[in-house]
This record gives sequence, structure tokens and C-alpha cells, in this order.
Amino acid sequence: MIYRENGHFKTSYAADRQIFPIPQDRWAILAILAFAFAGVPLLADEYLFRAILIPFLILSLAALGVNLLVGYCGQITLGAGAFMAIGAYAAYNFMIRIDDMPLLAALLLGGLASAAIGIVFGTPSLRVRGLYLAVATLAAQFFWDWAFLRIKWFTDYSPSGSVSIANLHVFGWKIDSPLDKYLLCLAVLTLFALLAKNLVRGAIGRQWMAIRDMDVAAEVIGIRPMYAKLSAFAVSSFFLGVAGALWGFIHLGSWEPAAFSIDRSLQLLFMVIIGGLGSIMGSFFGAAFIVILPIFLNQFLPWLGGLVGLGISTAAVSHAEFMIFGALIVFFLIVEPHGLARLWSTAKEKLRLWPFPH
Amino acid sequence: MAREIGPVILDLKNLSLSFGGVKALTDVSFDVCEHEIRAIIGPNGAGKSSMLNVINGVYRPQEGEIVLRGGHFTNMTPYRAAIAGFARTFQNIALFKGMSVLDNIMTGRNLKMKCSLLQQAFWFGPARREELAHRARVEEIIDFLEIQHIRKTPVGRLPYGLQKRVDLGRALAMEPRILLLDEPMAGMNVEEKQDMSRFILDVNDQFGTTIVLIEHDMGVVMDLSDRVVVLDYGRKIGDGTPDEVRANPEVIKAYLGASH
Repeated sequence: MIYRENGHFKTSYAADRQIFPIPQDRWAILAILAFAFAGVPLLADEYLFRAILIPFLILSLAALGVNLLVGYCGQITLGAGAFMAIGAYAAYNFMIRIDDMPLLAALLLGGLASAAIGIVFGTPSLRVRGLYLAVATLAAQFFWDWAFLRIKWFTDYSPSGSVSIANLHVFGWKIDSPLDKYLLCLAVLTLFALLAKNLVRGAIGRQWMAIRDMDVAAEVIGIRPMYAKLSAFAVSSFFLGVAGALWGFIHLGSWEPAAFSIDRSLQLLFMVIIGGLGSIMGSFFGAAFIVILPIFLNQFLPWLGGLVGLGISTAAVSHAEFMIFGALIVFFLIVEPHGLARLWSTAKEKLRLWPFPH
Repeated sequence: MAREIGPVILDLKNLSLSFGGVKALTDVSFDVCEHEIRAIIGPNGAGKSSMLNVINGVYRPQEGEIVLRGGHFTNMTPYRAAIAGFARTFQNIALFKGMSVLDNIMTGRNLKMKCSLLQQAFWFGPARREELAHRARVEEIIDFLEIQHIRKTPVGRLPYGLQKRVDLGRALAMEPRILLLDEPMAGMNVEEKQDMSRFILDVNDQFGTTIVLIEHDMGVVMDLSDRVVVLDYGRKIGDGTPDEVRANPEVIKAYLGASH
């Protein structure tokens, strides 16, 4: 089947406004979803679930959150890790302090707590922008790192500072094996990606992009910068909060504040920059790139060394991994500053015309 | 001509605006009648764009007030101006570069779209109905401006003349009572100017929109407008019909220089 939109005539605005207007895209995405829900569980082993798939899913969700704020609304943030931490600790406190708290409700409440605090820490965006805003959001990162380390109430006075949650279940479904965890994360991510797409194709998404592209003109057509920016902070922090709670509960199981340090914030920012600012698809590409590449290098380098008869020590591998990873990021940004999502859409445009050049 | 010039809709009284020691506007007063096309002309730096910025609240004048249909505005903000029924286009096109033509014009419907964030997130139901209803209105504007073929194109890729047209479309999507146009024909070739003039007259004629425009092309100004106000160094030096303004010695002096 050739990838074309020719011959698919839209007879209503509803048909024209759908998420994937080209039928081939629709089938492809359905096939990927079916494979993710039904095929992967049959094929993947425990290592794959634990080390790659679950982190990929959760970090994709977090990257989506960052992309809504940075990519769509143009407000830069270095505090993403803090909002993940807020989601994780808030959900933890709801779980331990309220009897019979359902897991999903705790996740959502964690997200809401993060959203509320996101609004507070988003207020500097009304006055400052660019690098200055980045520094202001950095304050959120350091403040919450400190708070979760020092204010013992958040960690329920655990002596080691690390907290954990056991016996997770959703409507009687016990989340125990890596497969269960994978399916839960996948379901949450699918739902949230859909919500994110709906937001960015609707009126609020246009408001965000208007503020990003030309804020004076946006104000003149009646967009209130305060509402647009703070709603972007709220939604972004909500996504990050839910992702943080999943990261703590599902991926780590037990965690301490270092799990959500500034490293995490930078990692998420890299994901959306490499994946593509202002693209839902790009968030997934970015997360995949950042999660999978180091693991790939980790496996590939010793193999390459063995091929030329060099025994590379583990330490050397991890150093080389960092260096190659950094170099690749720089390389990608020079070759395609708009990220992997742009490469993807260029490829699709070429494919539409193929085999003709124009 | 179907339109009939009505009573005064917008009355600007004794507006003064300065930036530090620089006086952009000094005691400027003029009025705009309903359904008319009112031009503001003047040499470079005369304060024309500042005038528009004051009208829709981008700048706040130190003195004077704006009376719109009997309502007094001493501190106009862009948001209040938008609600009051002002729309404007920009001299150096201020479109949303990353968005398609369609989305740019849809953004103009922003004030009329009432669905909450949560409803939009779930899409099906009210948000979808609202989106589609406004899409239908936006398509009418797209038809009106004859830009059907580029509706899905990102505006950054369009040539200048078409961008100007999209800018007008976005303003029209707001269904304004008063449309402020800041040099709608700057940098255009003859055909584009003719197209734009036709659109301006059609907007005025079909929708009854009152238009205030700044333009440098005197031929266009004199042909389009009902009344012209002339600014020079932030002061009003002439006001009246095109013919009156053309004969005004002060205006001639400002444009051609006086002989000494």
C-alpha cells in the first residue's frame, strides 16, 4: 500500500480534524498499539521489561509533560525532576495516610498536587522569560530536593530517608510481575498521550503556541498570557507528577530524593530537544533515544572491542558511553536542530510524493 | 454602497503618550464613525503606530481617554480591547510562525470558545462540537480571503503578501466591530495591493466593520478612506475628507517641506 492522501476525500470538518487524517497512519498506529498491548507481553523477557520498556514508557510520559510546557508554550523549565518528585511523594503520602486508597486515585492526586505547585512555581514566567525563567525553575528543583531530604514528614519519618510502597493493585488486579507493571504504564501512557494530543489540537493548544510564537499578537487577539502560561505549567506538572509517581511506585519500588535530582530534569529537557519541541511524537522519540542508546552502547562497545581483540574494562565502557552519547546529542542537534520528529515528518512528506522528487 | 456611515463609535480625547522624554503623541483627538474607513497618515515617526497601540491597549497613554460606544476606557489593556470588539493587524506581520494558516485563523476565535480545559482534553462532546462550529466560520473567512489552497501550510513558509492576508484573516475571525490595520499594504506589489484594497472594501461593505488604517500609499489612502487624520511629530495637523486633507497647507508642508 502506498502512503498517499490522494483519493481520501474528507467530507466533514470532523474527518479533517482527526488525529491521523491519513488512513495508513491510522492503521499503523493501531497496529503499534495492538503489538504493544498483545505482542510485546509474549515476546519480551523480564530484563527487557525492567531495564528498557518500563523506564521508556514512564519517561515518555514525563517527556510529554515537559514538551507541553517547553515545546508548545515556549516556557523553558529546569525543574521537571522536582515535579516528578512532588508527584511521587504526594502519591506516597496519600497512599500511606489514607486507608484503602486506590492506586489510580493516588496517582491522580499526586499529579494534581504537582499541578498546584507547578502553578505556584510558574508565576515567575509572567515576568521573566528564557534563561531567567530557567533559573527561576531551577529554584523549584533545589527547593524540593531539599524539602524531601530534610522535612521528615514527607518521608513518613523513615530513618534512611528512602520510602517504598508494596502491594499495588488496580481494581483487584495485582500489580506484581514486570508484565503487570508494563501493562499499567502502557495503559496510563496511552490515555495521557491521547489527552495531550487533544489539548494541543484544541483551543488551549493554540493559545499555548500563540504565546510561544508571538506573545504581543496573542494578547491582542484576547489571549490572557497569565491563563495560557499557568495552565501550561499546571498541565505539564500534572503529567510530570503522574510520571513521577509511576517512576517511584512501579519502576523503583523504593526510592529516595536523589531519584528526582537535577540530572533527571536535564535528561527530560534533552529528550524533548532531541525528540522535537512541539511534537507529541517527538516526546516518544526523545525518550526512546535517551533510554535505549546508553544501554545499546553498553552492550555494543564490549562487543566491538572484542571484535578487534581489545578487552575493554567496565569502567572504560561507561566512560566511553558518556562521551559517545554526548557526541551523538551534539551531532543530532547540528544535523537536525528540530529534532527527530522533524526527520520523521520530512521522511513522511518524501514518502507521500515517492517515487517522484517533487 | 450598502453601508451607511453611522454615528460616532470611537472617540479619542486628548491622548498624550511619551516614552521618557520622547513625546510620541501630544494631545491628539479624533473620532471614528460607525461603518466608516478612517485613515491615519503622516511621515515616518509621526506616531501613527503608537496611535493604534494606544487604541487597543498595547501602550497606555499618560493623558486622555478612549470613549467606545459611550463606555470610557482610561486604562485599556489588549485583552479588554479584544473583548470590546477591536481587532488589528501588524505592520511587521505578527503571525504565529509555527502554526498552520488554519490554526492561526482559528486562534482568532479564541475569545468565542468557551470549553474548559478538561472538556478539551476529552475532546468528544462539547469541545468537539465547539471546534467544528468555529471551524465552519473560519472556513468562511478562508473562502472570503481566497486562501483555500494554503490552509494547511505553516505560515512561516508563505510569501509575504499571503502572510499579510492571513494576518487579516486572523483579525477577521474575531468578528470585530472595529478593525485596526497597520500598513496593510506595506511592501506589496501592485496586484497584491489591489487584492488587499478589495478585501478591505469588502470587509467594510459586507460585514459593516469600521476600519481604522495606517497606510503610506497615498493613492490607496485617498481612494479607500472616508476621512483622513494626519499626524506629524505626534500632533494632529489635519483631519477631514481626502480632498480637504489634500488641500490643507499644513499637510503639504509636512510632506513636501515648506519653502523658506
